[in-house]
Amino acid sequence: MARALIHMPESARRGEVFEVRALISHVMETGYRPGADGRPVARDIIRTFTCRYNGGIVFGMELHPAVSANPYIAFHTTATESGELEFRWEGDKNFSQTERRTITVSDA
Amino acid sequence: MKTSSMSRSAAPEAAGSARRAAARSAAERRRLLKAGAAAPLLVLLRPAEATPEGSAAAIAAFTGGAAVQAGRIVFDISRLIDNGNAVPVTVRVQSPMTAADHVTSIAIFNERNPQPEVAAFNLSPRSGKADVSTRIRLATSQKLVAVARMSDGSFWQQTVDVIVTLAACIEGEVS
Repeated sequence: MARALIHMPESARRGEVFEVRALISHVMETGYRPGADGRPVARDIIRTFTCRYNGGIVFGMELHPAVSANPYIAFHTTATESGELEFRWEGDKNFSQTERRTITVSDA
Repeated sequence: MKTSSMSRSAAPEAAGSARRAAARSAAERRRLLKAGAAAPLLVLLRPAEATPEGSAAAIAAFTGGAAVQAGRIVFDISRLIDNGNAVPVTVRVQSPMTAADHVTSIAIFNERNPQPEVAAFNLSPRSGKADVSTRIRLATSQKLVAVARMSDGSFWQQTVDVIVTLAACIEGEVS
């Protein structure tokens, strides 16, 4: 399991737009970098990131080798109802990791 | 007697074929050596670099060939970059983000990294705000383009020129 950090509010008002910041430890090996033997090191990157809010996709990202190691992703979403946000990273070498955070949404 | 004559007649034939095989293998060896001499260069040279044309082709693939207008999008990146390994970028698009009018996706392209694509973000009215950030790698000083696709099918872009002093993937380069 790669170490993942997710920063988002624990509670929000209904309709409030909040920022989510997600960071995961990953080498993001580009596939263009020569290793000790002079041959390029095989590519090993995270290909996709998705965020689901109570099961529905609210944000998606497609990553290429030009994204830095330990990818940092920040985006916004709207607080609609209390529930769970699920973050999923998928990549080369069957990499996949899922993290969950709960949010409490209050009226007004 | 019979066997010896057969062996005599067979011997030159065998020797000839051995000579031919040796000549063939020598030629093969020379060819391989030549290829071998060229191969490290191929490996060490910077692999297939994205070009302005490659970048334009990648943008065309994203837009489906539609016209891209300038404006509405703010591509926030430092113009002078000390370290190309992790360059913070933020892209904001002016949009009400309603079901009728919102940003559906944002993509970032470059001209001089090995690949023209950098990252693509998919948004929806649920995003509330078209404002995304990440950190990217830049191989050298170059031009970057951020393109946004709106729900009405229009495309908007902003181009920035950046100077990179320490390149990402520098160990992959020979000068």
